[in-house]
Amino acid sequence: MPISYFLVLSALLFSIGVYGVLARRHAVLVLLSIELMLNAVNINLVAFSALLEKAGLDGQVFALFVIAVAAAEVGVGLAIVILIYRNSQDTDVGELSLMKW
Amino acid sequence: MSIDVAVFGVMFVVVLGSSIAMLFARNAVHVALFLVVTQIGLAVAFLLEGAYFIAAIQIIVYAGAIMVLFLFVIMLLGVDRREALNEPLRGQRPLAVGLAALLAAEVLYVAYKGSDLITTGGGSQALQDLNADPGNVKALARVVFSRYLLPFEVTSILLVVAVVGVMVLARQMSAISPVSARSGSSVADKEEAA
Repeated sequence: MPISYFLVLSALLFSIGVYGVLARRHAVLVLLSIELMLNAVNINLVAFSALLEKAGLDGQVFALFVIAVAAAEVGVGLAIVILIYRNSQDTDVGELSLMKW
Repeated sequence: MSIDVAVFGVMFVVVLGSSIAMLFARNAVHVALFLVVTQIGLAVAFLLEGAYFIAAIQIIVYAGAIMVLFLFVIMLLGVDRREALNEPLRGQRPLAVGLAALLAAEVLYVAYKGSDLITTGGGSQALQDLNADPGNVKALARVVFSRYLLPFEVTSILLVVAVVGVMVLARQMSAISPVSARSGSSVADKEEAA
């Protein structure tokens, strides 16, 4: 199977994730779109790990690290969203201008 | 057409369809559930690439744990919040269409140029040998606990820091604010007086 199949899938998913981050207003939905982008990166890493003879399992190890970092990021991100909601009763990222200079 | 390509085609349609549906779903719960479908589809992609352990982790950690966390927070914040998809930036849409067309052209060019980089189903010969002889999990463990031992330990530190940070962030603010501390002490004083 040509590796470009996986690369095209990854590029499309990443673009959809970027659009979600930019267009969505609900903070939780922005975080969900970031998850989609991280998944797209994993597809690329594992695809190149499957393509290159010398790479062995390095790409899969990188994908594992990405998943671990994503778990930490989701925990902290959702805690921040809950804090924002508790303080302002709103999760619209367009309305959050408290720290704007 | 080999079975690999057929499976990939089905997976491609499912993943792209559900991720595009993520963009247009109004209900936040539906968005999270579409992302679950996307991630299960991506687990199939990992299986096609010979990454069996990553496929299992993808379903257990991503589609399981992380998405439950998301759904929990969505339920906590209320699910009936509608959002407006209007565009505040002037001239952003035509620019976005142009840049998206450019990106699509790049992707198609790379796909065309890279179509001779062929992996057999289940990955390269070296990967297939590794998956056959020590097994995917064992081979992965050997790499993680030898060459990538330091990054692995740093990841564990990151997770501990994240857990402590979340606990500090999610604490009730009233518990540590000076007002409640004063009232708490006054209650204690009253109790002592009593």
